[in-house]
Amino acid sequence: MTSSQGTSPRGAPSTGEPSARRTAMATLANATIADLEARLAAHPLPQEHTIIRQPEIGLVMVRGRAGGTGAPFNLCEATVTRCVVALPDGTTGFGQCLGRDKHKALLCAALDAYWQQEPLQEAIESEILAPLRNIETKRKEQTKAEVAATKVDFFTMVRGE
Amino acid sequence: MYVAVKGGEKAIRNAHTLLARDRRGDTSLPALTLAQMTQQLYLSISRVMAEGSLYDADLAALAIKQARGDLIEAIFLLRAYRTTLPRFGYSQPIDTATMLIRRRISATYKDLPGGQLLGPTFDYTQRLLDFTLAANGEEAPATPQTQAFEAQERVPRVTELLDDEGLMEPDAELPEDHEVGDLTREPLEFPAGRDLRLQNLARGDEGFLLALGYSTQRGYGRTHPFAGEIRLGEVEVSLFVEELGFDVPLGEMTVTECQMINQFAGSAKAPPQFTRGYGLVPGQGERKVMAMSLVDRSLRWQELGEEATSPAQDEEFVMSHSDNVQGTGFVEHLKLPHYVDFQAELDLIRRLRAEWFEKNQKTTGETADLEAAQ
Amino acid sequence: MASANLEFSLAKAPAPGLQNPVHEAQGIFRALMNALARPGKLQDLPELDLNPPAPLGKSTAAIALCLCDYDTPIWLDKELAAAKDVTTYLRFHTGASFTNNPMDAAFAFVSKPENMPPLSAFAKGTSEYPDRSTTIVLSVSSLSHGQTVKLSGPGIKKEQGFAATPLPPQFWREMQTNNELYPLGVDVLLAAEGTVAGLPRSTKITFQES
Repeated sequence: MTSSQGTSPRGAPSTGEPSARRTAMATLANATIADLEARLAAHPLPQEHTIIRQPEIGLVMVRGRAGGTGAPFNLCEATVTRCVVALPDGTTGFGQCLGRDKHKALLCAALDAYWQQEPLQEAIESEILAPLRNIETKRKEQTKAEVAATKVDFFTMVRGE
Repeated sequence: MYVAVKGGEKAIRNAHTLLARDRRGDTSLPALTLAQMTQQLYLSISRVMAEGSLYDADLAALAIKQARGDLIEAIFLLRAYRTTLPRFGYSQPIDTATMLIRRRISATYKDLPGGQLLGPTFDYTQRLLDFTLAANGEEAPATPQTQAFEAQERVPRVTELLDDEGLMEPDAELPEDHEVGDLTREPLEFPAGRDLRLQNLARGDEGFLLALGYSTQRGYGRTHPFAGEIRLGEVEVSLFVEELGFDVPLGEMTVTECQMINQFAGSAKAPPQFTRGYGLVPGQGERKVMAMSLVDRSLRWQELGEEATSPAQDEEFVMSHSDNVQGTGFVEHLKLPHYVDFQAELDLIRRLRAEWFEKNQKTTGETADLEAAQ
Repeated sequence: MASANLEFSLAKAPAPGLQNPVHEAQGIFRALMNALARPGKLQDLPELDLNPPAPLGKSTAAIALCLCDYDTPIWLDKELAAAKDVTTYLRFHTGASFTNNPMDAAFAFVSKPENMPPLSAFAKGTSEYPDRSTTIVLSVSSLSHGQTVKLSGPGIKKEQGFAATPLPPQFWREMQTNNELYPLGVDVLLAAEGTVAGLPRSTKITFQES
């Protein structure tokens, strides 16, 4: 018996308008718990959500591609924590991030739920997500600049007669 | 034959107490913290994550601490732990072209687009012990230099540069309906597809793969390799969540990738072109990905119509012996009580010896009789 | 594997799953383990605050949440498969996929045992992997009424009387055949309100002389 493997075909069309929501989820997943809590301390969320899937630690099998672009293969598993909350109107919020931080998964889920509420979205974008993105961008720019300093400048030597 | 025996509970308990004491060492010294280990021993962490086949630096640190630095024991601990967790699914394949690059070098192109980025490497160090690290109150390291860089969304792989001319073999695709093999779900069967081989190598023992890769360079299944490209950095991992209908980002993961380019004179099955071996591991593991890509290429002999003459080309040999947890289990089980087995062996040897002496004495006796008669 | 294309959406949040997944699942698992270790002996499930969507019973839901996961394809009988809330609930909380073919199922859930397919329609395992068989969970209203049979075999001291209702007319004959397949065969769990009983493939069934 083989298990079905629930991945979409590559580049499968996404339903709805997930790109902005996906971007928000990526920002949350990449943030450290300390940064996330600091933003939430400054801009607390409403507490109307209920947990419908308790924060849970599990595994995702991470895939690579042979040669980088070829057929997929299973590289290794990674720990992932996920959580789902619901708002009184039935809106569901999903939190999932690499690692084993249940509190972070819960915060991500709650933020995803409230982000989908028209009146709250703008505030979450500007007060929570924008500063987190700022931190992330700074970190990445710093890495790139440090790595750029290790770029080799070749000097061609004249050889022979 | 195994016979259940009881006993030794007290001895085992006391041995474990002794182990715990020895693991902690001198208590007047501060205990290692996991954060210290993930920060300062990241390459050990990487090896344990790769061969434990579980990406979680904190767990790897805990495992190494518990195992007193025995990395194979730590790998075993991670493998055991992962069995306690539910599977949420399979990620979308990571795209290493979108990597946040921290190191990227090529031995085949001096002037590759984007340049040779050395990053944090041991290469070009003198391999002289640095006694300042041994001194108490080690100085804070110098702040790394920075330099302006060109913004690049996607850093093309070296192998893509040769693609245009048809000089480089394209990456093998498998049929659409091919279900990606998973060693953690289905027992290994031969012949194995390249997907299973790559999974097996990615979690295989670094020392074993290094020796096999080395053997191919020394002439046992020679493949004329060049390090086309090695890159290290962070990639996004995403999971298709059915309830949402899109790929949900889970965060970033450190990986090391190697494209080994190999000369190939052509065969009945394929024209002369460059072929490739591939290596990919979680964390930072340059030696491992290089060895992996050499062995991956060697194992492709059949597909390319080559002759198999060497151990590194023998799929069954390589894949059955690459896993150090399996190897440890079978080798180390020899120290468990085999009293009854051995008793049986002892009886057998005694009987064989008795028979041997009886026969030999008889023969010697007969020879003596013969000589006397002459 | 033919995976069933059951409707699944989260327009509305599904009913909550286990409140304390680790401890509650351990409690359920212990009951199920004992049910299979002591065939025919009733085991109490732990008290749970579960409100699964009809026609999924509370006990059946508890078993599903405890045993099913991403790696265990589920087969549902007609009544359960037709209830969108049920498929959403199970899919959401277990992550398991659904299959139309009982031969592919690791677990099968039957809400109307009277109408269930024969046991031979489910996976009985292979000689290399006898564990690749279907565990069938039947929702029953009673674990004391109905035709009484005698159970014997591993886990039963001498003999154990057993009755449940409702069951399909040929059920006990099929269970006898199932036992003859040992070590292959299916395992059956019978779930009533708050109680569960197990009939593993190793259990021999004889009819009461009347």
